[in-house]
Amino acid sequence: MKIFIPTPLRVYVDKQDAVQVNAQTVGEALSALTTQHPDLKKHLYSDEGKLRAFVNVYLNDDDVRYLPEKEATAVTDADSLSIIPSIAGGWD
Amino acid sequence: MLKLSETIYSALRTHGEETYPHECCGVLLGRSGDDVNTVEEAVRAGNTRTDSAHNRYHIAPQELVKIQRQGRERGLDIVGFYHSHPDHPAQWSQTDFAEAHWLGCSYVITAVATGVAQQTNSFLLTGTNEEDKSFQDETIQVEQLVTERC
Repeated sequence: MKIFIPTPLRVYVDKQDAVQVNAQTVGEALSALTTQHPDLKKHLYSDEGKLRAFVNVYLNDDDVRYLPEKEATAVTDADSLSIIPSIAGGWD
Repeated sequence: MLKLSETIYSALRTHGEETYPHECCGVLLGRSGDDVNTVEEAVRAGNTRTDSAHNRYHIAPQELVKIQRQGRERGLDIVGFYHSHPDHPAQWSQTDFAEAHWLGCSYVITAVATGVAQQTNSFLLTGTNEEDKSFQDETIQVEQLVTERC
């Protein structure tokens, strides 16, 4: 399956906009991604090994955090994952 | 430097006037080069912070996924974002900084005073990670429309 990489993180994946991985679940896909590109790991995960709060992972159009099986959700080669850092702010 | 057309520049400022007294927000699609983000399209996004839209904005990640996909189909990347500061200066706030995670991207802010767009500034989010990131003032180059004369 394909994992789409946002512009700020492409420097850690040889400037590719997407990385191809073989995986049976979302978790396996993310693990394969950080195994292939270890420098990416600290940008996605906290020191405790949890996905950083501002990092969103979408399986096609669904937020993985809200899927019933979360990272254990099964995937196929036809699926894609998107890593999307959050965007927010305000004047005070 | 942030390069964009007069049409896009005007569109993102107008967006802030339309949503006044609430903050507007949107995504800048284009191409990143050496020290320059070139905008090809500004895509309006909804502000999900309806609880406090006068001083907060948030773009739903699902909308970002869709905008990123639209851009990819046209060979464009997300190179920045824009939002407005109703009745406040076009300067980044601590909230803007804390919530900024797209390193290398341009964050454009337009001050809107009593419904009229005032100053527009851009800030480049520099650094290599969350710990050393910083906002740097960024020049905005507005490309004038060229019309051919017969």
